[in-house]
Amino acid sequence: MTFVLTNLVPGDPVAANLGQRALGDPAIVAQWRADHGLDRPLWQQYALHLQGLLHGDLGTSQQSHRPVSQDLAEFVPATLELAGAAILVSLVLGVAFGVIAALRRDRLSDHTLRVLSLVGISVPTFWLALLAFYVFFYRLQITPGSGRVDAALGSAPAVTGLQTVDALLAGRWDIFTSAVGHLITPALVLALYTIGLLTRFTRSAVLEVLGQDYVRAARAKGLPGRVILFRYVLRSALVPIITVAGLAFGSLLSGTVLVEAIFAWPGVGQYAYKSATTLDLPAVMGVGLVVGVVYLVINLVVDVLYGVIDPRVRLQ
Amino acid sequence: MTLDITGLKVSIRGKAILGGVDLSLREGQVHGLAGESGSGKTMTGLAVLGLLPHGSQVTGSVTLGGRELLTLAPKELNEVRGGQVAMVFQDPATSLHPMLTVGRQLTEHMRHHLRIDKREARRRAVELLGKVRIPGAEEAYGRFPHQFSGGMRQRVAIAVALACSPKVLIADEPTTALDVTVQAGVLRLLRGLCDELGLAVLLVTHDLGVMSAVADEVSVMKDGLVVETGPRERVLREPAHAYTRSLLDSLPDSERGPRPGTRGDIRTEES
Repeated sequence: MTFVLTNLVPGDPVAANLGQRALGDPAIVAQWRADHGLDRPLWQQYALHLQGLLHGDLGTSQQSHRPVSQDLAEFVPATLELAGAAILVSLVLGVAFGVIAALRRDRLSDHTLRVLSLVGISVPTFWLALLAFYVFFYRLQITPGSGRVDAALGSAPAVTGLQTVDALLAGRWDIFTSAVGHLITPALVLALYTIGLLTRFTRSAVLEVLGQDYVRAARAKGLPGRVILFRYVLRSALVPIITVAGLAFGSLLSGTVLVEAIFAWPGVGQYAYKSATTLDLPAVMGVGLVVGVVYLVINLVVDVLYGVIDPRVRLQ
Repeated sequence: MTLDITGLKVSIRGKAILGGVDLSLREGQVHGLAGESGSGKTMTGLAVLGLLPHGSQVTGSVTLGGRELLTLAPKELNEVRGGQVAMVFQDPATSLHPMLTVGRQLTEHMRHHLRIDKREARRRAVELLGKVRIPGAEEAYGRFPHQFSGGMRQRVAIAVALACSPKVLIADEPTTALDVTVQAGVLRLLRGLCDELGLAVLLVTHDLGVMSAVADEVSVMKDGLVVETGPRERVLREPAHAYTRSLLDSLPDSERGPRPGTRGDIRTEES
């Protein structure tokens, strides 16, 4: 799929990669095409691509001149850290806000949260990222600027590739706080859309469950409010919530491209952006593969969670 | 312990629902509350436990053994709910949580109200499941509501209601959602439990056939008021109020009035 799509893109990778003078020389152009296998028919290119995939070979990036798999291994953890933090933040805040709004229905806090969540959904990520960068870093100077960690501190030995985790593993508290500081703003910016979305869905899911007979029956049993909320209400509400969350995390990944570009976050998003603008096809296909795999994993996790939450969908 | 409802008035957003209901439940007796849909039967039951919908206003008095329930603080009310006054709802398909095991729903409030440990709660729960005649109680403990039939689910719901040995049981149309064939079994169970445990039962129903089978006392409601109350035999045989008469007249002939010995049969079968 990624192969077809990337090859359908109108544009000549040769023109994007070679300079003006080199382009004028047919011999150089032919040589470059041959080097990158572009002189063969498309089906042969595809067969070679598949053959490579099976061997874990994603081809060589035309920009970095390194194997794409090596590039990805370097950039994927950074994105996982950023997206993971954003997912965590949006789950915690989105669900919490949604529950509060539902429990305080039609009161001031409900109305406020609903308006704020609408803002979160409507504001474009790139604009918010620019604004946050300008206000918090440039104007107020309360957050560190770009990158993942203070360059002066060096970095902890890579174990997982996640700066925060690696710093903790190495016992480097200074690197950890710096990494968290660098993570907060881009993660929040990235999470804002999902927070807004989850707030709205959680609110309606909780309100729906609150009207169910079994919640009234639970109250008739004299259970304390918090037990009813966590065991009876949230459990049922989680089913629609994780459905939406799974979908939202997909769109969150596409948001990383913009956020990474603005915060100079050395992740897959930036890599994808650079490779796309230079028509570095092997790299673009590599990113496409990674994103596809992540989608699959998210969907698998959501499906497994359905079974954990609701016994009726469990396999007998 | 007796439950006395006097002058109970309920209005929701200014609209009067109950216009001064008087009822009295005594231990060991089933009090049937009849009336058509919208007459306020269910609201009466819910008002006792403070489960009315948001925006409801309640006046009057509901006392349990002389203790006023309507003005209780939330925490004290929670001790009465489930602990002293329990409730069984109309549809067991929706009144049991679909994602929690029967055992969990049976033991949760038990552990909370009676402050007993997990093992003791489990033992009691299995015993209760046996008492409400669920076959294979031990195994049923770990199953989910959807793995039971409607009648069995309602038995589970009754077991849940009885878990903390309440004094009063409010059963809101407990057989309406069930097949006719299993209705009798559930009613027989309720009647038997009432006799055995000395429960005061408020049986809310629109079905006079159900009423004639198990109730000791019968009250008839119309438009938020109790229009007639008295012993079952008298109310169903010689209704004093025109509305009761019209309710009885609307029954198909075969079901009309209490059949002689009906209740007696049920009693002997259970005890």
